[in-house]
This record gives sequence, C-alpha cells and structure tokens, in this order.
Amino acid sequence: MKILVCISNVPDTTAKISFSDGDTKFNKSGVQFICGPYDDYALSRAVELKEEHGGTVTVLNVGEADADPVIRKCLAIGADDAIRVDAEPSDSYFVAQQIAHIAQQEKYDLILMGRESLDFNSGVVHGLVGEMLGIPAVSPVMHLTIAGNTASLTREIEGGKQEIEATLPLVLGCQEPIAEWKIPSMRGIVSARTKPLKVVAPTGEALSTVEKYALPPAKGAVKMIPVEQVESLVDLLRNEAKVL
Amino acid sequence: MSVLVFAELENGQVKKSSIEAIYYGALVAKATQSTAKVLAIGASNSDTLSQLGNWGASEVLWLQETWDSAQIAAYAHALADAVAQEQSAFVIVAKSVLGDAVAASVAAKHKAALATNVVALPDHAAGVTVKRSIYTGKAFATVKLHTAVKVLSIKKNAVTPEANAGVAEVKHWQPSSNAANTGIKLVATHKASSTVALPEADLVVSAGRGLKGPENWGIVEDLAKALGAATACSKPVSDLNWRPHHEHVGQTGLKVAPNLYIACGISGAIQHLAGVNSSKVIVVINKDPEAPFFKAADYGIVGDVFEVLPRLTKALQ
Repeated sequence: MKILVCISNVPDTTAKISFSDGDTKFNKSGVQFICGPYDDYALSRAVELKEEHGGTVTVLNVGEADADPVIRKCLAIGADDAIRVDAEPSDSYFVAQQIAHIAQQEKYDLILMGRESLDFNSGVVHGLVGEMLGIPAVSPVMHLTIAGNTASLTREIEGGKQEIEATLPLVLGCQEPIAEWKIPSMRGIVSARTKPLKVVAPTGEALSTVEKYALPPAKGAVKMIPVEQVESLVDLLRNEAKVL
Repeated sequence: MSVLVFAELENGQVKKSSIEAIYYGALVAKATQSTAKVLAIGASNSDTLSQLGNWGASEVLWLQETWDSAQIAAYAHALADAVAQEQSAFVIVAKSVLGDAVAASVAAKHKAALATNVVALPDHAAGVTVKRSIYTGKAFATVKLHTAVKVLSIKKNAVTPEANAGVAEVKHWQPSSNAANTGIKLVATHKASSTVALPEADLVVSAGRGLKGPENWGIVEDLAKALGAATACSKPVSDLNWRPHHEHVGQTGLKVAPNLYIACGISGAIQHLAGVNSSKVIVVINKDPEAPFFKAADYGIVGDVFEVLPRLTKALQ
C-alpha cells in the first residue's frame, strides 16, 4: 500500500500569537514550530498501516526550508521518504493544488492529513484534493482499518459519529483517536538523516491573499461573585449580560 | 447574478446555523444589488421553506432527495450545478461537517476562492475581503478573494438574524445531471439523544476534571436542563472516557461560540480556551482562585462545583 501523508508546520499549541510588519506577517520570533497535531495522528496511523500491510509512507509538506526539521521528525517516526514543495502555503487552494499535482504523478492508495491545520484551521484541503483528483474525501476520521481494497472508517459528526465503508483510493482528514502519537526512537532519528527529502518547485497560484492580521480585543476584567451570593449570578446573566 | 445559500435540513426543518447563513446571504445580496437564493436538499414542505423569506431569501430551490450526510459528492454536485445555473457570485454555507466538505468540493469544481470560519460580512471597498478567525480563535485575518465565484463558510454568530416578513418562492429543482457514484457507503450513524446540539447551542454548560468522575455528571446535566443548554467537557474528561469525544471542546476538539459558556471545574489551559474564546459571555466556577480560566471569564465564582451547581440550578427553576 502506498500512503501519502500531508503535514503542516505550525506554531506550537501554547504559542503566543503576534504579528509584525504592520500586522501583515506572523511574528515567528520565539515561536516553536511543530508538526500539526492532527497531521501527527495521520502519520502515526499511516506508519501502523504500513507495518500491518506493507508498502511505503511518503511525507509531503508545502512549506519553506524552515519546515525541514519537522519533516525530518516525521521521517524519524517511520515515513520512508519526504517531498517538500518549496513555497509558502498561502491558501487552501494553493496547498491542495500542490498535493493533487504530486498525487497525479504517483498513484497513492491513501492520502492522509489532519482534519485541519492548527494555524489557519480551514479544514478544507482534504476536500479540495479529493475533488481535484476525482476521489472521495472524508473527514474527520477517528478510526480507520483497511481490508483489501476497502476502508472501514468512523468519522465524527455533530453530536455523534458515522461508520462508513469506502473503496480506495481515498483522501482522509484525521483526528484522535485514530492512532497513538509516536515518539521517534534513537534508531529512527539516526536513519531519518539519510532518508530522501526531495525539494520540488510549486505549480499554480493561490486564489486568495491575506491583507491584514488582527488580535481579538482584550477581555474586560472578570466580575467575581462571592460564593454566598451564587444565586445573584442568574440575575446578572438575565439583566446585565442579557444572555438568558 | 445571485447569492446562493446552501441550507441544511434536519427533520424537515432548516437548521439554525443555516438560517444564519441565509440571513448573511441576504445581506450580501443587498450589498451587491442581487438576490439571495437558497438550495435546500432533503425532506421538508413548501410552507416551511417559503418562510425562509422572513430571513431575506427570495427563492428556494428545493431538491427532494434524502441523501445521508456521507454523500458529500451528491450534495456538492447539486450545489455546483445550481451555482452554474444561477450564475452565483457568492456561495454561502454555515460551518458544519457537511457544509465545509461541500464548500471545498464546490470551490474546487468552480476554481473559486474559499474562506472558512468567516466572522463578519464581506467588505466591498476594494475588491472583496472577508474577516475570518484563525489560530483557533486567537487571531483574525482579513482575506482578499480574487475569483469571480467566492465560497464562504460562516461561523456561528457572524450575523444576528432579524426576521422581516417575507415569502420566498419555492421551486422544485433538479440538477442537470446526476453525480457519479463515489462508492461511499454509510453503514451506521450513532447520535446522542441529547436535546440540544452542542455546535449550534446558544447556552453551554461544560465541566472538567473538577467533577471527579463520570458518575457526578448529574449536577452538570441538571443545570444544563434548567437552562436549556447543551453539555460539553474538557479534553482530559473525554480522554478518560468520562464523556463522549463529540462533547470535547478545545483546540483539538470542537470550537464553540455560544452566547453563554459556563465552565465548571475546568482550570482553563490555553488549549481549552482556544475552543471557547468566541463565546459572548464566559462564567467560570472553580474552587481554585488561581485557575487561569478566571482571566478569560466575564463572571467568576470561587467555590466547590458540588455546592455551586445545585444552588444555581435551584435558582433557575
């Protein structure tokens, strides 16, 4: 089985978000970058499927050279090789186009990625890629097993879940608990240094551009209610906050 | 030219989030001197659909198919066809599992710029720009859309719908061709029987590890019932299997935007706050006065949830 895992290089979940250059650029200084947590789940499941069924796992990132440490970590976790499309991942359509372009050259049985990236949270790249390739895309997938040409999967929907059967090839957006996150072993880290990481030029253009960033307005001070007067909260919510 | 809104039906009714999308679409239509049309797919009735005129829809294209929500390709095929027939400049969906999936497919079919998590009406001053939530609610981006067709997935509370008496013309509608079979087969759907769906809820009562165990959720459910609220939980609670995963609110779970979010026994880690920071009013109840959540709250009570929740419930009844 040939699996492509698309990963994003994103600020750590605890990173303080700020902008520079007149609020037109993300301020990377002092920010730790990680493989998107949802992408990490996708990669872990891909490595498990390879162990179970044989085959290869290729990691794909659309990003600049500063994404290489995160790509190497994915190789250390168990991917066989990696491709980096050398470009800023400027919008969902642009990223999807790169993935579809590569998938058209190499036929993959499964294209896995996180349900959304942790920076722009668009959650549409899997859907765009599926449409571009003319194959089904399903998200967010919580369980995935493969038997022959058939995938059995569970995805989350509002207030519950759906069990779905589908035929490969497929594009899937993944989330927990599809697999346990894997920590790279010492052997994995050493072998990752020599695994192939191919850098390729991008194709096509983005359809949207960010003009400006902004932070949310600061929250006002909290109004503390003494525990003896718990009941007064109801009145405050009704008449002051007007939410009841 | 038109603005086309994709409306989701549930038990014959238009989902609340779709009403917001229709109202949003009507305001976009007004700003661009065009009309707001709705594509509704599923079982319903003409009376219900004609009432969408109250929210600004001039016409409803009604496709009476009862596809399950896993048939994304069928929904997307129909919507993309309607976009072509109606020459829509804007396609509006409400953010949901189905809505975002359909939006992505339609954007790819029409090579249209796509913005999700949109929080405000478009600005038409120089081209078309929209404000969207990014970094899990920790920031916003103003995004310029460069294509003739623009697809927007709007977040809850992007607009506050106000009804104005109106009647939409309901037309029975069919796509010009059928979608190819994608081989996606829905085997089973498991849905919680809770009365209020969390993603759409205006009021949410959420609880964390401070509840000490799943057997203690009765006091959370009682408060939620007294309020007519949905229940939610923190990530540790879902990881421990005290509550189902679809109730998990936070950076890697559901992002909610209710009018009122009551957090009980949740310390307020930055990852949890990321899932709730779009809430209008936040109430935090925690026995630890140093809990970081108080800094993000509008109202705070330092106290034991086992004492505070039943008293609140009683005060509401």
